[in-house]
Amino acid sequence: MELTLAIAIGALTGSGVWLVLRPRTYQLVIGLSLLSYAVNLFIFSMGRLTVGVPPVLGPGGAGNPSDYADPVPQALVLTAIVIGFATTALLLVVLLVARGLAGNDHVDGREQR
Amino acid sequence: MEWTRHLLIVPILLPLVTGAGLLLIDELRHTLKALLSLVSCLLLAVAAALLMRMADGVPGEGSTLSVSYAVANWPAPFAIVLVLDRLAALMLALTSVLAIAALVFSMARWHRAGPHFHTLFQFLLMGLGGAFLTGDLFNLFVFFEVTLAASYGLLLHGSGAFRVRAGLHYIAINLAASLLFLVGVSLIYGVAGTLNMADLAIRLPGIPAADRGLAYTGAAILGIAFLIKAGMWPLCFWLPSAYMAAAAPVAAIFVVLTKVGAYVLLRLTLLLFGAQAGAAAGFGGPVLLWGGMATIAFATFGMLASQAMGKLAGYSVLISAGTLLAATGLGDAAVVSGALFYLVSSTFSTAAFFMLIELVERARAPGADLLAVTMEAYGDETDEDEVEDHDDEEVGVVMPGALAILGVSFGCVALLLAGLPPLSGFIAKFAMLTGMLNPSGLGLPAETPRHIWLLAALIILSGLAALIAMMRTGIRTFWAPLETIVPRVLVVEVAPIVGLLALCTLLAVQGGALLDYTEAAARALHAPSTYIQGVLGAGHPASTSR
Repeated sequence: MELTLAIAIGALTGSGVWLVLRPRTYQLVIGLSLLSYAVNLFIFSMGRLTVGVPPVLGPGGAGNPSDYADPVPQALVLTAIVIGFATTALLLVVLLVARGLAGNDHVDGREQR
Repeated sequence: MEWTRHLLIVPILLPLVTGAGLLLIDELRHTLKALLSLVSCLLLAVAAALLMRMADGVPGEGSTLSVSYAVANWPAPFAIVLVLDRLAALMLALTSVLAIAALVFSMARWHRAGPHFHTLFQFLLMGLGGAFLTGDLFNLFVFFEVTLAASYGLLLHGSGAFRVRAGLHYIAINLAASLLFLVGVSLIYGVAGTLNMADLAIRLPGIPAADRGLAYTGAAILGIAFLIKAGMWPLCFWLPSAYMAAAAPVAAIFVVLTKVGAYVLLRLTLLLFGAQAGAAAGFGGPVLLWGGMATIAFATFGMLASQAMGKLAGYSVLISAGTLLAATGLGDAAVVSGALFYLVSSTFSTAAFFMLIELVERARAPGADLLAVTMEAYGDETDEDEVEDHDDEEVGVVMPGALAILGVSFGCVALLLAGLPPLSGFIAKFAMLTGMLNPSGLGLPAETPRHIWLLAALIILSGLAALIAMMRTGIRTFWAPLETIVPRVLVVEVAPIVGLLALCTLLAVQGGALLDYTEAAARALHAPSTYIQGVLGAGHPASTSR
């Protein structure tokens, strides 16, 4: 499972970085989104990978801590998702405005000659 | 918990409530919104002053105090805390004064140039207040994002093709930096198991050697995220154009944004990698020192090369960022004390410069600052880069003798940026250089290492470059034009500039008081155990053992 997750994060990051370095604004947005998915998975994995264990203590009170998943990264990733979503939405709006004002979708507002 | 401790939450709650409340008021009632916003800023300044007194402690008792505030009243390492010490209080006071100045300036006409200016402004202040006060790394991320989200809106305020393009770059860079921030934070959490800064400072030295590399990687990635925001070379190329594109009052408040990066780096380097950190002591110091020096050198050349005043101001922001980073990297208490004084002085002067630029630009024809050759080279850009903002009619009292006041202010800004007496820029640079070259205080210094000479030379040379660039621009603006256009300048626009410059003068006259304060702040930063005790309680085993 570790290997699968690592490959997934690596593939997302790799394609994200490549897209961010491209000259079109749409590629920029998709690249940043892919990067943020990769980062979210990465944060999640920092709480160690566990399967089928809850992050919240049961009604019986505290038992063996290894029976529970670390809740902190889950909380962090939730916050990161919300913030990333909002800022990407804002970037999309700016992108549309830039497209309208410049007449093309180059990140610098004009084509390279 | 005595009631005064609740003051710690005021710099976050007050702008949040004001900003949210302003949303409910109709966009057409500019004056009411501006007044409410201004009242909030004034209250914020009062709170910051009280917090500064609180952090400074009762004279004669506990000279290195830090106060913590558990936000939901959960005990410290498990929940989010706000921590107040001298440095945080100083940054809060600086921000609130700057906010008042920028807000008053915006009341001439900028706040009418687009929707929700005041709400965004208040949210920016909220994010800044939170970033200065928080004692938790992830909470720091959240407040950074609040600040940035508001700054995206403010940078685009007023619209126009130039601003949107600069805003697009600014947002993309900062989104990427935020992702690096998250990676760094989660790596540190994965290794250390905590995000509370004080708890982290205790746990880092005890990390097993096998995990040490990961912890360093996390800290380094986190550092890169802050360095992008602080504007260290080679991560600073976005800065001059973004600041140049922003509306004048926005650029003025943005000056403090780069200082947030420098503030966090200063706090975290000394807290996590200070002398007490064992094997990790001094981690990142050389990077900050040499990176800071490279930034000063880059910005010096940039300043000499810039022909538009906005670029000039952008590079002066970079010079001050580089100086602060290099001083942080040196990690010496006397230098850090001088650097904090420099931070206050340079923030005020650069902010005044940004506001001054807009007024001065009114006095000259577009493109007058470009040489004829470059004018041609950039010819295709000037028409689209020229942002037309002058459509609003201005209401208010017109300033008499505008050109004289602008000229004198410009001269003052030049003196401040160059660090020449009699203004506070000189005292700031003098304090830093004294700390570098004469660390023992009295008598002949021992052997001074070569990199310190290099840094001292760079600081002085950057001042010289600033003077040359400012003189050139000043002559071309105020003396060279054959027919001078006397700009229409309102009192509310001149007042904040004169106010900030008067504050700098006051800092020069009463510099001792602030220097005492920054010295105490720097000493407290170099003794992290007080910070740790303030957060985790004096009885915490790990904090007493140190």
